[in-house]
Amino acid sequence: MMTRLVLNGRAREIDVRPEQTLLELLRDTLGVFDVKEGCDEGVCGVCTVLLDGRPVSSCLVLAAGLRGRAVTTLRGLERNGGLHPLQEAFIKHGAVQCGFCTPGMLLTTLAFLEREPRPDRDAIRAALEGNLCRCTGYTKIVDAVVEAARVVRGGA
Amino acid sequence: MYPFEYAAPATLDEALAMLHEHGDEAKILAGGQSLIPILQYRLARPRVVVDINGLPFGTIAADNGRLRLGALVRHHELEESDVIAQRCPVLAEAARLIGNVRVRALGTVGGSLAHADPAAELAMVMTALDAELAIASSSGRRTLASREFFTGPLTTALATDEIVTAIDVPAMREYGWAVEEISRRAGDFAIVAAGALVRLDRAGRIDDARIAFGGVADRPVHARGTEDALRGREPTPETLARAAQVARDALDPPSDAFVSAAYRRHLAGVLCRRALTRAVEGARR
Repeated sequence: MMTRLVLNGRAREIDVRPEQTLLELLRDTLGVFDVKEGCDEGVCGVCTVLLDGRPVSSCLVLAAGLRGRAVTTLRGLERNGGLHPLQEAFIKHGAVQCGFCTPGMLLTTLAFLEREPRPDRDAIRAALEGNLCRCTGYTKIVDAVVEAARVVRGGA
Repeated sequence: MYPFEYAAPATLDEALAMLHEHGDEAKILAGGQSLIPILQYRLARPRVVVDINGLPFGTIAADNGRLRLGALVRHHELEESDVIAQRCPVLAEAARLIGNVRVRALGTVGGSLAHADPAAELAMVMTALDAELAIASSSGRRTLASREFFTGPLTTALATDEIVTAIDVPAMREYGWAVEEISRRAGDFAIVAAGALVRLDRAGRIDDARIAFGGVADRPVHARGTEDALRGREPTPETLARAAQVARDALDPPSDAFVSAAYRRHLAGVLCRRALTRAVEGARR
């Protein structure tokens, strides 16, 4: 059966199986490997993508039901061929170790900062509580988000 | 996931006809935040998944003293809606405790109630609020009180050919409110949850109280006896603590692999006292 979506700004029409998830569509059919697969039950957050700007678990969305909605993966953050300030902040603060949780962290943070441009550390921790990181202990991730919020607000 | 047929009806009648035809071989897909994990675990093997996201059940309407939530209203909309904030803010507080931000982006009010997890926040709050569910099938329409809707763990009074289309909630403008819960990790279902709403009269006495628990039985528990005992009383800390104790003692919670019945009962008392205390503070403002 056919489904439609707008993937990182580009409209696509693709043949899917009824039981195929958005995660399987992205990785197995489209080769979009910046989306990671973790728990497959919506808990770990590594398969986070933005659906019409809101973070969702792509493992818990049926591809068949997309109805032409906008899907943003990590690649959608690219700015003029370069890194997004949020990515720069993650690098600067060592908020990346193994990197497996990073795409989900970045996308969840992006959606959060659009809603709440001046968050305190508690609000950042609450916003990211659905994204698990087994390396960093979260402190550096929170540091990076604090800085990214400042940079994004400053229009840099 | 086992293979299934996918259907996306464009109208309620079409959806109801599908459910009538396929009976318990059909599963309704709303936000998918419980159904898809169940399918991923292969705990269910429906022949047809009926995706109702194309149906017009996504609005929040206010009318006199009532609110009508479409069954497809998402949890994040409860968190962000001005109408909810003004008329029934306890729903926003409950929604904020559901799962994680991704669950709240897609999960629906109707879906959460129909799934009927005994620890679910919305099921508990709807029980406290005495909400009414609007239910449709190909043979007619009916309404059912939330307190009669939940019949067991993950079990409701819905027949296999029925859909929840809307939830009717009383506006609770003059009430203070609080939802308290303890879960093992952020995003987990609560071990125990307690929700309370309190309205005070001009003299500062309790004029009305609504209390319900989640996670303490096979379905949400309405603490009617405690509500009755609080009416007309001065909301002193001692009175609230005593009421929480009475509510706690009336419960007979289960043990499981993580938590004993005694601990659950203890939590219920503590959370009920906290919820009542905060609800009273809110009602004074």
